[in-house]
Amino acid sequence: MIVETNALDGHFGEYGGRFVPEALIGALNELEAAHISSQKDPVFLAELAQLHRTYTGRPSIITEVPRFAAHAGGARILLKREDLNHTGSHKINNVLGQALLTKRMGKKRIIAETGAGQHGVASATAAALMGLECVVYMGEEDTRRQSLNVARMKLLGAQVVPVTSGSRTLKDAINEAMRDWVTNVADTHYLLGTVAGPHPFPTMVRDFHKIIGEESREQVLALTGKLPDAVLACVGGGSNAIGIFHAFIPDAGVRLIGFEAGGDGVETGRHAATISGGSPGVLHGTRSYVLQDENGQTVESHSISAGLDYPGVGPEHAYLHDIGRAEYRAINDDQAMEAFSLLCTTEGVIPAIETAHALAGAMIIGKEVGPDATLLINLSGRGDKDVQTAAQYFGIPL
Amino acid sequence: MSTSLDRLFEKVRAENRAALIAYIPAGFPSIDGCKKAIAALAAAGVDAIEIGFPYSDPVMDGPTIQEAADISLRAGTNAADVFAALKTASDCGVASVVMTYWNPIEKYGVDKFAQAISENGGSGVITPDLPIEESVQWLVATDKYEINPIYVVAPSSSDERIGKVTSKTSGFVYAASIMGVTGARTSVSVDARDLVSRVRSKTSLPIAVGLGVSTREQAREVAGYADGVIVGSAFIKLLLNATSEKDGLDAISALATELVAGVREGR
Repeated sequence: MIVETNALDGHFGEYGGRFVPEALIGALNELEAAHISSQKDPVFLAELAQLHRTYTGRPSIITEVPRFAAHAGGARILLKREDLNHTGSHKINNVLGQALLTKRMGKKRIIAETGAGQHGVASATAAALMGLECVVYMGEEDTRRQSLNVARMKLLGAQVVPVTSGSRTLKDAINEAMRDWVTNVADTHYLLGTVAGPHPFPTMVRDFHKIIGEESREQVLALTGKLPDAVLACVGGGSNAIGIFHAFIPDAGVRLIGFEAGGDGVETGRHAATISGGSPGVLHGTRSYVLQDENGQTVESHSISAGLDYPGVGPEHAYLHDIGRAEYRAINDDQAMEAFSLLCTTEGVIPAIETAHALAGAMIIGKEVGPDATLLINLSGRGDKDVQTAAQYFGIPL
Repeated sequence: MSTSLDRLFEKVRAENRAALIAYIPAGFPSIDGCKKAIAALAAAGVDAIEIGFPYSDPVMDGPTIQEAADISLRAGTNAADVFAALKTASDCGVASVVMTYWNPIEKYGVDKFAQAISENGGSGVITPDLPIEESVQWLVATDKYEINPIYVVAPSSSDERIGKVTSKTSGFVYAASIMGVTGARTSVSVDARDLVSRVRSKTSLPIAVGLGVSTREQAREVAGYADGVIVGSAFIKLLLNATSEKDGLDAISALATELVAGVREGR
């Protein structure tokens, strides 16, 4: 199966593109040109690879988890350990790439949005490393829920701006970052944290994360002598999922399965499962699936996981869904928390709650495919940031 | 084809003055209050009304218009209210256009939306987050229903880009005076004059300047070099700050009267 997902004009089938104010077109063209030239520049690629070896901690390892797998139909389960990266998630892959591009474009200031704070922390980290000014927009509601990450960003020298407009969560933080960018585009790069937004972001962010799939494809082959039967990842905006899926897209025998945040259940309307429960539309500069009402107004999303709590999804996922190359399913809060707990107690690994959605997915898929199958899961982040939420959920007094 | 908007710009060109275009979101300050505001603005001599389609994620708008959109959306404003506001404006004898982010059009149906604009007496639609590259279907629809597709150019637009964008535009070119979002400002950026002259070298279309104009003096200054002056946040601020709807309507009438004079003093 040949799937063309690298369209140069920024479209993935009918999805993607650019729906932005004219004021940003020049900056997006500049960014696209910088990205294309940097991907062919051995000096840039060597600098990023060096950073990944000596700062991120790449390549990340894979870990086999038989005690967890016993609860997933006995399938062989391998975790790609992005949680062991510096700053605790896959986010650093993209952030270091874009920070290098910022310097390449001669810009001195980065802005970023953040929900749970992981992308904000990663951005603040890269800014500190490279001497860039950093402003992070975060919904006021999220600054309260994730006060520890707010403190981390401040310790790293970033300015955190609480956003009080709209629903005061991630989607409004993105709106505010876009407003800042329209105003300060001459010296500022918007370091978007996922594979959404206007072209070239979905393609560029994917290119910085595809190393996850490239490494793990080799690692799984070396360990098992064959490709995995399925590759699993959680999907909010979809950056960790695209990162691990991408190298496997040409491998027709490998199922690609994304798990969205089902919140209280897709049927309740209180969820963040954009592909499972949304419809095609335009949000934050790209056409994709969107949670929206009959007037095209964005509907607020709900999830126990702040990192998946977003009413949009990357356009490449929308495309992979429509052409049938990838499958998307919803995992509700309780299923995710059960899997979260199970990985903690069977393997001694505390995953991020986002990632727990993929683990819950493995428990279902494992039973469907049986013990002869091998499942590769992107363990996209660690759960340190979620200790408070998890303690509250399980009734552990703090 | 010729819309009310096209005829308006022919008229003001003959009168050697700029047109005054007032922006108000549909459903603000209330569904009924919006219609009264349109009537008040028309009675004060405003040349055209720009009806905003309130949207949940208005990335081009500053705090004033965001607040108005929030109020309007909480009141349940939908596409039908937008079209009713257009109808009110055309019943008042002024040209009217809609300003909307793209998703509400796509959700309503591209062809159907253009048709409804035309049927309710609207002249065109300003689409601030729809670049020409994504406009193929939209331009078929605006052409079919003979309404003006109005695009925005910005100080960051290259001359080449301005040429491309204006080649798809009709009615007028919306020149964003500054790099930034909507909102009243104490001065209109020098970028505006420069941008208008760059646009002039590419097109004979009328050019209207928006973003930041709030006073008679600013209107006069902009009217000196542009064909239209767009005022939005200044009216909305008055309506937001008013203690009653009547006070708000009186206040916008008074400001409109000042601005109407201002656009006649520019040349």
